[in-house]
Amino acid sequence: MSAQATSAAEPQRNYLNADYGIKSWLLTTDHKRIGLMYLLTMTLFFFLGGAFAVAIRLELATPHGDLVESETYNKLFTMHGVIMIFFFLIPSIPAVLGNFLLPLMLGARDLAFPRLNLLTWYLFTIGGVFTLYAVVSGGVDTGWTFYTPYSSTYANTHVIATALGVFITGFSSILTGLNFIVTTHKMRAPGLTWFRLPLFVWAHYATSLIQILGTPVLATAILLVGIERLFGVGIFDPKLGGDPVLFQHLFWFYSHPAVYIMILPSMGVISELISTFARKRVFGYSFIAMSSLAIAILGFFVWGHHMFVSGQSVYAGVVFSLLSMLVAVPSAVKVFNWTATLYKGSIQFSTPMIYALGFLGLFTIGGLTGLFLATLAVDVHVHDTYFVVAHFHYIMVGGALMAYLGGLHFWWPKITGRMYPEFLGKISAVIIFLGFNLTFFPQFLLGYLGMPRRYHVYPDEFQVLNVLSSAGASILGLGYLIPMAYLVWSLKYGKRAPSNPWRASGLEWTTPSPPATFNFDRTPVVTTEAYHYSEELGAPRTGTDVREVEIV
Amino acid sequence: MWQDAPLFPESASTISDSVDQLYAFLVVVSLFFAFGIATVVVFFAVRYRRRQGVIPARIHGSVQLEVVWSLIPLGLSLVMFFWGAKLYFATLDPPPGAMDVYVTGKQWMWKVQHPTGQREINSLHVPVNRPVRLTMTSEDVIHDFYVPAFRTKRDVVPGRYTIAWFEATKVGEYHLFCAEYCGTKHSEMIGSITVMEQHDYERWLTGVAAGETPQEAGARLFESMRCNTCHSGQDGARGPTLTGAFGKPVQLRDGRVVPFDEDYTRESILNPGAAVVAGFDSIMPTYEGQLSEDQLMQLLAYVKSLGAEGGDQ
Amino acid sequence: MSDPGGAVLHQFDDLDQQVEAGRLGMWAFLIQEVLFFGGMFAVYAVYRHRFPESFAEGSHHLDVLLGGVNTVILIGSSLTAALAVHAAERGHARGIVTWLVGTIVLGGAFLGVKAVEYSHKFHDGLIPGSGFVSAQFETENVEVFYSLYFVLTGMHALHMVIGVGIMIWLIALTLRGYITKERQQYIEFFGLYWHFVDIVWIFLFPLLYLLGRHG
Repeated sequence: MSAQATSAAEPQRNYLNADYGIKSWLLTTDHKRIGLMYLLTMTLFFFLGGAFAVAIRLELATPHGDLVESETYNKLFTMHGVIMIFFFLIPSIPAVLGNFLLPLMLGARDLAFPRLNLLTWYLFTIGGVFTLYAVVSGGVDTGWTFYTPYSSTYANTHVIATALGVFITGFSSILTGLNFIVTTHKMRAPGLTWFRLPLFVWAHYATSLIQILGTPVLATAILLVGIERLFGVGIFDPKLGGDPVLFQHLFWFYSHPAVYIMILPSMGVISELISTFARKRVFGYSFIAMSSLAIAILGFFVWGHHMFVSGQSVYAGVVFSLLSMLVAVPSAVKVFNWTATLYKGSIQFSTPMIYALGFLGLFTIGGLTGLFLATLAVDVHVHDTYFVVAHFHYIMVGGALMAYLGGLHFWWPKITGRMYPEFLGKISAVIIFLGFNLTFFPQFLLGYLGMPRRYHVYPDEFQVLNVLSSAGASILGLGYLIPMAYLVWSLKYGKRAPSNPWRASGLEWTTPSPPATFNFDRTPVVTTEAYHYSEELGAPRTGTDVREVEIV
Repeated sequence: MWQDAPLFPESASTISDSVDQLYAFLVVVSLFFAFGIATVVVFFAVRYRRRQGVIPARIHGSVQLEVVWSLIPLGLSLVMFFWGAKLYFATLDPPPGAMDVYVTGKQWMWKVQHPTGQREINSLHVPVNRPVRLTMTSEDVIHDFYVPAFRTKRDVVPGRYTIAWFEATKVGEYHLFCAEYCGTKHSEMIGSITVMEQHDYERWLTGVAAGETPQEAGARLFESMRCNTCHSGQDGARGPTLTGAFGKPVQLRDGRVVPFDEDYTRESILNPGAAVVAGFDSIMPTYEGQLSEDQLMQLLAYVKSLGAEGGDQ
Repeated sequence: MSDPGGAVLHQFDDLDQQVEAGRLGMWAFLIQEVLFFGGMFAVYAVYRHRFPESFAEGSHHLDVLLGGVNTVILIGSSLTAALAVHAAERGHARGIVTWLVGTIVLGGAFLGVKAVEYSHKFHDGLIPGSGFVSAQFETENVEVFYSLYFVLTGMHALHMVIGVGIMIWLIALTLRGYITKERQQYIEFFGLYWHFVDIVWIFLFPLLYLLGRHG
């Protein structure tokens, strides 16, 4: 296989071989190269955050805290959260796949502001460096939520460095969102109307809105915590007349929509995958598109459901509970539409599709358990227990990460010009799915039994479920290492990818793999709706035909 | 009803069964949808797997279906909302005649004082079948008072009072957890709630040195801090009378009407200028920094007892 | 693809697309700025509602005269910035430089006055933190007012400093002949930013300086 690969002729000039040398990467304004730089940086953060998770699960295999001290344990879960959320999940799909694909899908030569795009990578990296500094110089132990007054007055770990890291990375997120919004509005190819856009683009558009509207408020909250901590002024400290719960309002005003920053792009990926591997236009295209916007908008009015037991007014609690329930509707609409897309399709079980089907199951569980947390009387019991931990891992890992991996496999041939090994891909997708469920399903049970989160030691009766969870985590960890290994392997030894290995319909597949630096030789003109499989297959286009001949 | 099922924690309060029933409803709905969707996905995936010569149908959507599968989740989630909110409201306020227990959280212990004066650390003894009302605050960071067996949880916030209550229905010993991350020994800020028969509880009380009741200590503070010179209760006094005041609305100088509750009492002691009663001048000095959380709780207990006095008259 | 002045960047088809993209981007940027300051205004609103008398008393210790002078200076700088944009529209390099220098002078004057005010606050023990002398006030929690005063005006001043930096860069570009009529939107977008910073001050001035003075 490798002989075959090396004997193949060097492909034509593309964005990867256009220039070599470190400067051609560090100073690039090519959205594809910037996407790859994000991929590299973020993979490092992912495995760092994953290493923390491994340590956490090892520690929790026994109830008495044998492995590490409680100070260390608190730092482990804090840094796991900070790194996974701010340095992996929030940027993952937008910054890697979005960056790479958005201009290709729009038929544009680049994003609207290429230099700004490069700046976001530097901001991301600088923010990451500050956070890494906090990690190596002793860590931080506030939890990723930075709740005051613990973070502002009582913690004596590296809160400032971490907060600064998150603050700076926030601007990377804002500017990426800005770039995507402008690009989607102004750079679409001729004929590419809003309702011809791939759903991936719709999802990223909705995500970008949240990034622009939400992230600045997080910046405010973190800035105020930093100022309070540095100068000892009273903003959230009750001893000086401040209100610690006000911080929670500011924090969750961003951080709840941030959940949708993580999950909306993954929904965009899933739409692409399911449609391609069922060879059908996505069922209810406009409903999926609009439900993304609905989730983005509703997401701004539900933050108070994190504070049902914090002492906020009971009427606020009721309103937030009701609004949170409404998010179920657009989420359910998406799941039903994806399921319906499979109906009478021609379904191929390639690796990306296995990830997509896994996503459907895990996201459904994650979404349904969200209803438990929106239900006032039940949330009082499960708030801040392992039930919450299980719920958001089902959304973020079972949802966002599965979609990210599925998308990475799907577009890997386009990004690198190489195919990944399909058999290993399928095996690891199944391992990840099983390992994930074994890790996180027991945590639902633990949570309802009453085990609080962020516990270093716990009563003995919780041990059986914790051991199951830790066993699952070791399987899950292995599952993540396999793709890491074979994807790197494929860079050199993978089969050369044709321009459209999946016979997919998007504009990105009309370019060579990998694409040229400016993507398209000529600006493409779009004449059909998205996911248009019939014409591609050369079937007659009349008003009456409902089936077309597939030419293999 | 769920005591023997291993998936539920012990059910030992008046509300825990109702919470479990709602939870069971949510579980059934979730299982139905999760299994339903999984079954359909697997069925479609197998039935319509790629085969030579079979061509996908061109089906692009159906508005009727969209409406149906929007309305069903909407309806179900509204049922969940109303049920959850109704139960929440029904269990929000403690029943009258509850036993008042004062709780102070600090890194990393729970300090408890009984109405009869007994103090405990990291444990709380209560009689069975009697509502217990907890008035809670924190000396440092945010904590959270969580008793899984009672399905009760409430944040304990510095600088204000939060109220929780429960009525235990089963004799036994139950976990008390801190559920809001509060620093290094968060997971060791745990304790036990011991529920006893009434006569056992009374015997237990006599076995523990009682000291002053919070109310008595508060009365003594009220005199030693010279609160009584202005809040004398007489006509023409420089401060408003406190007899019969607690629990009723107060007309303020700036036109607002606020409830005379725990937080108002606290604010009036620590920041007297913020909410001055109509008809009085802002002459009261602040006691910020001069009273510990415990002493504030004692004053509060005394002010509450004055309020109850007025109510009887 | 028409590209009269060689000003069209590679990713755009024509100048119109480029200008429109830039304008939309600038507005999106300003929207996130609104949210950034909005978060702080929300904190202000919560505490002002909670401590109305403390806020009024804290406000009385601010210098309305200096604040008023600064308001006039800043409105003047908005005018000079607008004139710079006008000059750019007509391709007058000298006009751009003149009016940008004028804007820098006014912005610098504003920052100078602000520095004087800050040093007064320092001498009066009004810097929140350990040096705050709360005994001089009748009401509690005036420190919260001053914390927010410094955060809000500090963030505003930071935006002005950044604005001055951008103007220096734009003047350099103009002197090198880079800002042609085709690239006039550089000046236009800066003008949007500068007006936004002014508008923030138009909110800050009454909210901080004029509290409780109507009575």
